[in-house]
Amino acid sequence: MSFPTELLQQLQDTAFATAIGESVWLFPTIETIHVLALALVVGSIAVVDLRLLGWASARRAVSSIAREVLPWTWAAFTVALISGGLLFSSKAVQYYNNIPFRIKIALLLAAGLNMLWFQLRTYRDVAQWDAAAKPPAGARWAGSFSLVFWVGVVAAGRWIGFVL
Amino acid sequence: MPNPFVALQPFSDWLSTTALSVGIQSTTWIVPSVQILHILLIAALIASVALLNARLLGFAARSQPVADVAKRFLPWVWWVVPGLALTGLILIIAEPTRELTNPIFFAKLFLLLLVLLLTGVVQYRLSRNPAGWERLAPSGAAAIPTTFSAKLVGASSLLLWVGIVVAGRWIAYFLDL
Repeated sequence: MSFPTELLQQLQDTAFATAIGESVWLFPTIETIHVLALALVVGSIAVVDLRLLGWASARRAVSSIAREVLPWTWAAFTVALISGGLLFSSKAVQYYNNIPFRIKIALLLAAGLNMLWFQLRTYRDVAQWDAAAKPPAGARWAGSFSLVFWVGVVAAGRWIGFVL
Repeated sequence: MPNPFVALQPFSDWLSTTALSVGIQSTTWIVPSVQILHILLIAALIASVALLNARLLGFAARSQPVADVAKRFLPWVWWVVPGLALTGLILIIAEPTRELTNPIFFAKLFLLLLVLLLTGVVQYRLSRNPAGWERLAPSGAAAIPTTFSAKLVGASSLLLWVGIVVAGRWIAYFLDL
């Protein structure tokens, strides 16, 4: 067996991963928590993205919306990450070899890089466009990319369930 | 416990043989796509109700009047719920037995009815008395506190929506129980 597969098999054989895989109710319960958390992640990110595009909450400052919404996004993301990790552990090898799962991870990374670029570059001079109903092109691009990536994450995530 | 909804089995069987249902079933991409759309709408809804109810509970956006937060997020609820109903209906037509003979599906519908009534009350109450759920802030404080009934409404609404999502996910697992 190759290196990642061996490691993933060990993860899958741990007591908690086996318990999740074998229990009738554990997987659905963790999955339900995952759905609630991801709904909050994607929905709250969308609030910020739509503001960056100038399509919603245009009368409120971008920074004030970010301050109000992003703590919820991060809290929900932490829950989604932990619950997702537990689901992954129950069938680690299958998920690793699953194409939609790989697409989902790639899209998550893309969403993360887009956010990082936005935070480090575009958002640095937010003071100049904070109140603008229509933020500058860089911010609008960041909002559009974010929406597309997160819709992709949800689509790929749902797709995993159809082929695994 | 006997499941009273097996009475809907003949109707489900008939529905699944209609041209519409057969058409949806035989086009393999429709059900997955509609499910993805349904989840995206859930995301829009959950974030809207979470932020609005967090305001009622006094957890978020405390410096903004309750009515302003409601004006931003309540319209999303009223626009998204019909979309959820429509995508949900397509999924039911595609696989009638999965929902129509499933007690969890009817529990979900019941919770939905309750939360829509509650949301209607919130909308009506805020239109009549926009500051009615706010308490007087101590002078100089930026945060506007909310009343006990605002917190009760916020907590109930949040719990009902969470219950609806939980029930929705468990429709798929009913047969395993």
